Amino acid sequence: MTAAEHAVGLSVQEIASLLQARFADAVLEVDADSKHPGIRVAPELWHDVALFLRDDPRLRMNLLRCISAVDLHPQPYIEVIYDLLSMRPPASSGGPSRDLWSCAGLIAVRVRLPRDRAHVRSVADVWPTANWHEREAFDLMGVTFDGHPDLRRILCPDDWVGHPLRKDYVFPTEYHGIPAAAGGVTDGAGASEDH
Amino acid sequence: MTDIDPQITGETMPAPGVAPGTLHTEDLLVNMGPQHPSTHGVLRLLLRTDGELVVEATPHIGYLHRCAEKIGENVTPVQFVPMTDRLDYLAAMNNNHGYSLAVEKLCGIEVPERARYIRVIMCELNRIASHLVSFGSYGLDMGAFTPFLYAFREREYIVDLFEATCGARLTYNYLTIGGAAADLPAGFLDRLAWFLDYFEPKIDEYNRLLSYNYIFVKRTAGVGVISAADAIAYGLTGPCLRGSGVRWDLRRCVPYEIYDRFEFDIPIGVPGGTDDIPPEVVVGDSWSRYYVRMLEMKQSVRILRQCLRQIPDGEYRAKVPRVLKLPAGEVYLEVEGARGQLGFLVVGDNGPIPRRVKVRGPSFCNLSIIPHVCRRVLLADVAAILGSIDVVMGEVDR
Repeated sequence: MTAAEHAVGLSVQEIASLLQARFADAVLEVDADSKHPGIRVAPELWHDVALFLRDDPRLRMNLLRCISAVDLHPQPYIEVIYDLLSMRPPASSGGPSRDLWSCAGLIAVRVRLPRDRAHVRSVADVWPTANWHEREAFDLMGVTFDGHPDLRRILCPDDWVGHPLRKDYVFPTEYHGIPAAAGGVTDGAGASEDH
Repeated sequence: MTDIDPQITGETMPAPGVAPGTLHTEDLLVNMGPQHPSTHGVLRLLLRTDGELVVEATPHIGYLHRCAEKIGENVTPVQFVPMTDRLDYLAAMNNNHGYSLAVEKLCGIEVPERARYIRVIMCELNRIASHLVSFGSYGLDMGAFTPFLYAFREREYIVDLFEATCGARLTYNYLTIGGAAADLPAGFLDRLAWFLDYFEPKIDEYNRLLSYNYIFVKRTAGVGVISAADAIAYGLTGPCLRGSGVRWDLRRCVPYEIYDRFEFDIPIGVPGGTDDIPPEVVVGDSWSRYYVRMLEMKQSVRILRQCLRQIPDGEYRAKVPRVLKLPAGEVYLEVEGARGQLGFLVVGDNGPIPRRVKVRGPSFCNLSIIPHVCRRVLLADVAAILGSIDVVMGEVDR
């Protein structure tokens, strides 16, 4: 497969070994063969691991592609998945080069948090792009990112109640006196639309 | 600037009763949006201004939030494809494609050869259409109305091709799980070949019309410079990243679909003075981001010509079961959309409906650099910077 040839660089297993050599207890699980290969790290060490992933010359995970929070309900966990990528500049970095940058490694880092106390250190100081991604995970999934510079709701209104992407989220029946149809179209709201 | 009436500046002639030098001005908060033509949709920027200077810009988003991800975990993947149309509605094919690829990877569906070519044709056409809107509306932002009309004239040919293919002009629901919803209509490839011959020289015309226009260059060159390091740190992708001089494109760097079969270049922002780049241009400025899109349209034409030569006969869609069961597990897949890396995380749950669908909209990440760039810039430059980042709010707010 050409796709595999291009995505050269470190494998998930190699990245995990580098991390295990540096942090003895950080890596809880290595999942190298699934369709979304990655590692699971201890939430309390995540910020240190993040700095290491970004700064270690062998890793240089400079692009935080996405932060996704997944509710594992009915298991009592929320998993936050950080998708990282290492963009490596071409070797001849002097002057405008014709060379492409290359992908030097891809990894998903997961942290598993208890649903009722979903707290993890923010990495907005490590990758500035995390700022908005974390605000979104806070807004929609109710994950609190400790140390975030500006943890406000981002997509829902500031006075919204609850976190809509939680599996046990209860849909509101009204918002500021505006009735909302819950569980399908209510006859009152639907009929008045018809002319 | 010496002959300005001192009464206007208020510096040498304070208001009665105010001792000279003690007059202090207050920052003025200006709401730019959510209903403002140059914000390209319902984006609200809260600007803290000191005279003409923007001290701080705070984006407030969410006005177009339609709970796309929540819908995604309540409907089957085939039902969710129309929802992806409404994310980046200027490049809906690319969204269809990204989501379909993610679901296919999760379910292990093999897509027929012809369908893969159909997909590349549609995505590249839609990339051109999207860049045309960007080009036209950026001209509009900078006070040039004419380019907008030309851009929409050209886009119309593409939209007509899409309409002939799937009946829709904006939200296509055409590329779907397993391939495409229908085969290409009769005569499509001939019409496409005609369009490419017609369109390619137009790009040079538009460069003469707008790109090298003296006023346009003055408005955009050197404005809103984003360094390569900042661009990567803020997760910028697509033309915004390449405008900062980073030759990075998923189609080449982490190839998906069949992009490894085509020859094309990845244009990036280059310093002014080289080739036909105006001397005022700095790598990473608004002009570079804009110009990368112009160059990318040419590369899309190149890819499309190769598609025309290579496209085989065959099936346009794989055999996909009517009720597609998603195995337990997750995938995260990114494609190079018109605005950058469009990512889909799909978590299967041994049922027909995914447990979680997460969309990484490139505009969302690209927009997040606004507070960083719009710091101590002129009020008029905010529109120049925002237009060059080219956000689509449907994708930001989802």
